[in-house]
Amino acid sequence: MSVSNSDVVAQPTSFAFSPDNLARAQTIIGHYPADRKASAVLGLLDLAQRQSGGWLPRAAMDYVAELLEMAPIRVYEVATFYSMFNLKPVGKFHIQVCRTTPCWLRGSDDLTQSCKKKLGIGLHEVTADGMFSLIEVECLGACVNAPMVQINDDYYEDLDPARLEAVLDALARGEKPSIGSQTGRQGSAPANGQKTHAAEGGGQAGE
Amino acid sequence: MPKLTIDGIEVEVDPGLTVLQACETIGVEIPRFCYHERLSVAGNCRMCLVEMEKAPKPIASCAMPAADGMVIRTNTPLVQKARKGVMEFLLINHPLDCPICDQGGECDLQDQAMAYGFDRGRFHENKRAVQEKYFGPLIKTIMTRCIHCTRCVRFATEVGGVEELGATGRGEHLEIGTYVEKALNSELSGNMIDLCPVGALTSKPYAFVARSWELQKTESIDVLDAVGSNIRVDSRGREVLRVLPRLHEQVNEEWISDKARFAYDGLKRQRLDRPYLRRDGKLRPASWTEAFAAIAERIRGVSGDRIAAIAGDLMDVEAMFALKELMGALGSPHLDCRQDGAKIDPARRAGYLFNTTIAGVEQADACLLIGTNPRREAPLINARLRKRYLQGGLKVGVIGPQSDLTYRTETLGAGPETLAEIADGRHPFAEVLKQAKRPMLILGMGALARPDGAAVLALARRVAEACGMVREDWNGFNMLHTAAARVGGLEVGFVPEAGGRDLNGILDGAGKGEIEVVYLLGADEIDTSRLGNAFVIYQGHHGDAGAHRADVILPGAAYTEKSGTYVNTEGRVQQTRLAVFPPGEAREDWTIVRALSDVLGRKLPYDNLPQLRQRLFEFNERFQRLDAVVPANWGAFGANGAVDGAAFRTPIENFYMTDPISRASETMAACTQIYVLGEQGGDEQGMTGTNG
Repeated sequence: MSVSNSDVVAQPTSFAFSPDNLARAQTIIGHYPADRKASAVLGLLDLAQRQSGGWLPRAAMDYVAELLEMAPIRVYEVATFYSMFNLKPVGKFHIQVCRTTPCWLRGSDDLTQSCKKKLGIGLHEVTADGMFSLIEVECLGACVNAPMVQINDDYYEDLDPARLEAVLDALARGEKPSIGSQTGRQGSAPANGQKTHAAEGGGQAGE
Repeated sequence: MPKLTIDGIEVEVDPGLTVLQACETIGVEIPRFCYHERLSVAGNCRMCLVEMEKAPKPIASCAMPAADGMVIRTNTPLVQKARKGVMEFLLINHPLDCPICDQGGECDLQDQAMAYGFDRGRFHENKRAVQEKYFGPLIKTIMTRCIHCTRCVRFATEVGGVEELGATGRGEHLEIGTYVEKALNSELSGNMIDLCPVGALTSKPYAFVARSWELQKTESIDVLDAVGSNIRVDSRGREVLRVLPRLHEQVNEEWISDKARFAYDGLKRQRLDRPYLRRDGKLRPASWTEAFAAIAERIRGVSGDRIAAIAGDLMDVEAMFALKELMGALGSPHLDCRQDGAKIDPARRAGYLFNTTIAGVEQADACLLIGTNPRREAPLINARLRKRYLQGGLKVGVIGPQSDLTYRTETLGAGPETLAEIADGRHPFAEVLKQAKRPMLILGMGALARPDGAAVLALARRVAEACGMVREDWNGFNMLHTAAARVGGLEVGFVPEAGGRDLNGILDGAGKGEIEVVYLLGADEIDTSRLGNAFVIYQGHHGDAGAHRADVILPGAAYTEKSGTYVNTEGRVQQTRLAVFPPGEAREDWTIVRALSDVLGRKLPYDNLPQLRQRLFEFNERFQRLDAVVPANWGAFGANGAVDGAAFRTPIENFYMTDPISRASETMAACTQIYVLGEQGGDEQGMTGTNG
């Protein structure tokens, strides 16, 4: 996330929702009272970001402002506030490495390092082929399976450098690596096997 | 009526007040940065923390509504500690550059740091630096000093009506700005400088000029529009260094327009500081004696019928009164103070005043704007309309050119036919006005300064009468003047006497040689090419259009250099005060007329200002009633007649240059470049205030 306008980025001159996205946008706007259209700004910005290939050009923000009858600056405020909106182009796969305490204790620094080395880019940079971009973010709420990264909309958990590289390789090959824990555990179940007798005794979860 | 206890004092306050306001009613002062009476509550600076019984932690008093039974303490150790904590946080990223900061000496943060600041910082990391923003030619930014109170953001959005300023980013990276680099397009932007509690937004023209404590402060009146904003003129020696607003709830609240605030540098340029005489076709310096002698020489033997006088837009009542008396003594009936040729009917006072009063605008629920763009002609009246609009339920219809007035308007038509339709009830907006409880109309000079102006005036009167605008308790007929001198001139009778010529008649007469001598009392906005071969005496303070055409120039005083009476568009009588002396040999205007009268052998019967004013009061006792608005009786005015179909025009094309002072101002020229001609500037990008 960068607020400063001095990071000059080639901006497209215009933006408009595709017919599909326009229909989605109307649905989102419909969730709110007619005189509170501005409430739809987050949803519409997200749509716009997806349509623009993972980042929000200024034209898209202006378009959303016009659609919602807001002053453009009010949309800029929202878009710059949330770290989920990218104001500069990102790679096809946007890697967000969680670096908050639990992940950090479990080795998130190593994940960042290995990404940098493997992809040959620094933080906030995009690979030359436009495939990957890398940033560090604060807690993504999957601490139980730390360390983890988010790539586009998916979480990859229980990582170490080797497992993360495997995921990246798979993505680069155009495959769809399985999401969630990369060690094969189910959800956030105990990492080293069952700790209760529930299964043996026929008890139910939550007992 | 909630009853609460503040520091052991029981107090009953109006419902809807906040705890902070309740504290103020009993004189308990609460420190604050983000809270401002005239803006919405933000509650983000946390400086106003107080202790409330039963609350687990201190509360922000600016955002907490006063409720019955509250027990508030503002002077406990906890409150002190909380405020000190807030101050310490605010100072973490605030630079210690007070010695080079223009806000120094009048800085809220500096003052409050004296009370709540710690004598050293405990933060040993680097302070953050924020890039300078470009806000246009009037506002200098040093955003590293910003404490994010968002007063400027709220002012621009709420009062200014230009939603261009915002807070982008978050946390440590929060910045105030426009995001897209551009100058703030508001006629009221200078007020943000006053609102800024720190030195983040300061005046660009005043940068590094003076310290607030070196300045002589003179309370005066602005004359660059007809609102009569109350101002304070800050000067040092013989120079006006800045102009600030003064509180007047009925007129300008606590704002002034950018022209009132920044045109002062025009007072130093192109000034007439000595008399001039045209010899061999060229203006050459002369002494007062020579100038007067030349006038006496030329006027001798000329019958009064062939002499005329036109008063300009910045003239004070005293000078116009003295010149009127002199013209009377010379036997001339040809006087006019309507130098734009507006067909105002001087006979009926209600017909040329802003009868609703400026504060009264807040009661209106429907408004018809006729040939006027209040945003350019009187930004503060426009701000009132916007304030009323934001309260909801105000319908505004416009007849004339379309423009963004910062509130929603409905364009009804372009010219007099639409006005006639409303008068006859044939237009749907007539119904809107009739249904309204307090309808008003504002008639601008764009509708009157035209050949059929008198008929338009009569039409507007018919609209007012037909739509129930004129009642015992309400007068919704308003004329919006563009000249500070206009109402004063009308009240003092600086209009054609019986058989006298008006502006057009004088100019025609001069062109044909029927008028031999024309006395221009600060009149620069007339078509001087129509003066023909007339002998032109120009009395004024700037070398503007009038002086260029003059045969004799008598150097007068600008509004900051004299004690003069002005009547604003409401009919409110106010006085300017002398802040600095006129330059060189220039003199206060009435004294010039008085001295000339002596040379002409028609000595006016006053030797000092009190004597003149006494005579003025005898002429019209209303001049005595300073700051009062005397309601005017309704009656017939205007002239029935045919109107032509031409559209109303905008009387002011360029808000920043309307008079000799603002035309001479470099600041106003820069504003014209950027806001009117649309050129973009921006020179200090990338700086942070921490640079050398």
